[in-house]
Amino acid sequence: MVTITNLAYLISAILFILGLKGLSSPRTARRGNLLAAMGMLVAVVVTLFDRQIINFTYIIAGIAIGGSIGAISAWQVPMTAMPQMVAVLNGSGGGASAMVAVAEFLRMTSQPGVDVSVTLVLSLLIGTVTLTGSLIAAGKLQGVLRGAPVVFPFQQTLSLILLSWAIVLGVLFVISTPSLSKVVIIALIGAVLGVLTVIPIGGADMPVVISLLNSYSGLAAAMTGFVLSNNVLIISGALVGASGLILTNLMCKAMNRNLGNVLFGRVGVEEGGPAGVAEQRRVISHTAEDAATLLGMAHSVIIVPGYGLAVAQAQYTLQELAAQLAKRGINVRYAIHPVAGRMPGHMNVLLAEANVPYDLLYEMDAINDDFQRTDVALVVGANDVINPAARNKKGCPLYGMPILNVDKARTVIICKRSLRPGFSGEDNEIFYLEKTLMVFGDAKDTLTKIVSLVKES
Amino acid sequence: MTGPLLISLYIFVLAIFVGFEVITKVPPLLHTPLMSGANAISGITVVGALISAGAGHSGISTLLGLIAVTLATINVVGGFLVTDRMLEMFKKEGRGDRPVAPTI
Repeated sequence: MVTITNLAYLISAILFILGLKGLSSPRTARRGNLLAAMGMLVAVVVTLFDRQIINFTYIIAGIAIGGSIGAISAWQVPMTAMPQMVAVLNGSGGGASAMVAVAEFLRMTSQPGVDVSVTLVLSLLIGTVTLTGSLIAAGKLQGVLRGAPVVFPFQQTLSLILLSWAIVLGVLFVISTPSLSKVVIIALIGAVLGVLTVIPIGGADMPVVISLLNSYSGLAAAMTGFVLSNNVLIISGALVGASGLILTNLMCKAMNRNLGNVLFGRVGVEEGGPAGVAEQRRVISHTAEDAATLLGMAHSVIIVPGYGLAVAQAQYTLQELAAQLAKRGINVRYAIHPVAGRMPGHMNVLLAEANVPYDLLYEMDAINDDFQRTDVALVVGANDVINPAARNKKGCPLYGMPILNVDKARTVIICKRSLRPGFSGEDNEIFYLEKTLMVFGDAKDTLTKIVSLVKES
Repeated sequence: MTGPLLISLYIFVLAIFVGFEVITKVPPLLHTPLMSGANAISGITVVGALISAGAGHSGISTLLGLIAVTLATINVVGGFLVTDRMLEMFKKEGRGDRPVAPTI
């Protein structure tokens, strides 16, 4: 039976890898997800035949409760709230790993070996950090908690003391007597550390934090795998850990930050930095009519969406405009900056929901050289990701960040509420260029006006 | 180090490499579904949770098992379903917004 179980776990692991491989193309992605889900089903079913299991009451209860909560939230969650959803899912995964570690400790009848105790402590610590950290992140993203960084004196010192305390307890747990009190204290320290790590991080840095927590939830599962000497947990945990790390790295690069800077620095303030430092410069405000005329005469248009688009719920109107322009034979494409949304790839999902075909969505590197040959760049709700200061203004917080070359387009239309700078607090040169048309107002109203004007003409 | 641990460690390290290879090939277009899907996979902890909840050991152990099964199932079911919901929305151009039944 043990052999059969382990062979079944191997099949699960293979299905997980094939599933992730399927995500390399939108054509095969859905099938890939299904394969991974089947892998999970195989693992669960074969585990239920384990002869250690003698009582199914709690299993059925847990699956029924968890399954309903999971299914209902998956069907209900709006696409704009996806980062919170993923954060909560991360948290529950991490929490589950920590609980399994404790339960396993309670089940042990003899002194555990060094390998088991080390991984048990790690699973406990990473699991609880993931649980509370994710909940705080979700709260900030949902707006339940204030998005602005929460800082108090000696915060980092406190975190450091707690972490050292956990390490000392962990070492004692491994080399001397493993006791329940140590387990409980380590779990509590982990929970507090999770909170302390995430509260000082501002809303703009959330894509990095969510990716990192994603990685943690995988590592927690892998550590639990070591405790249970279960290879499918180790493999899956490692896969997810790697995935989270890759995404964390990508997000850091796209935001021009390093990880230490995100975790311990204090940029990324939600409220958009010190406005008004910029000297008063003249900006010519244009109307929707001007924008519609310009778009109507163009041969090629690149649309640059930012999170402000989603805030205004204007994706559908934008797609309507794009479809109208395409109907007139205008080449319309979308340029997506890696941090256009609130998590990796978020903007693509928001646009896909609005029926934008995915072959019109271009990632930054694929389209950046085309701006100079484009008649109109239409920017909706994006700011920092198009700021040329990133290219040439040494010493500003954006310097070195990869940006979309919107300023290279022949003309630029920017739909924006006001001149307020983005998260970086850096004023944007593009607003003052001669070829730029600033159309102020709510993105949805503006776009609705432009659509009707384009339709009429 | 004991033999089984060493083998587990080998598996862990090699799986990380496999993860890097596979995941770097996922286009940024699909990074959100990748995250939620990978997340669902990390719900594999459910396997350990099932045994904790069903092994009929002490009360606390079973209770923790129950909570763990619940949390892990939220992770698994929610993760795979929401990923499917997102992936369903990704459509290519040229076939209209929604598939239309052919008219005769």
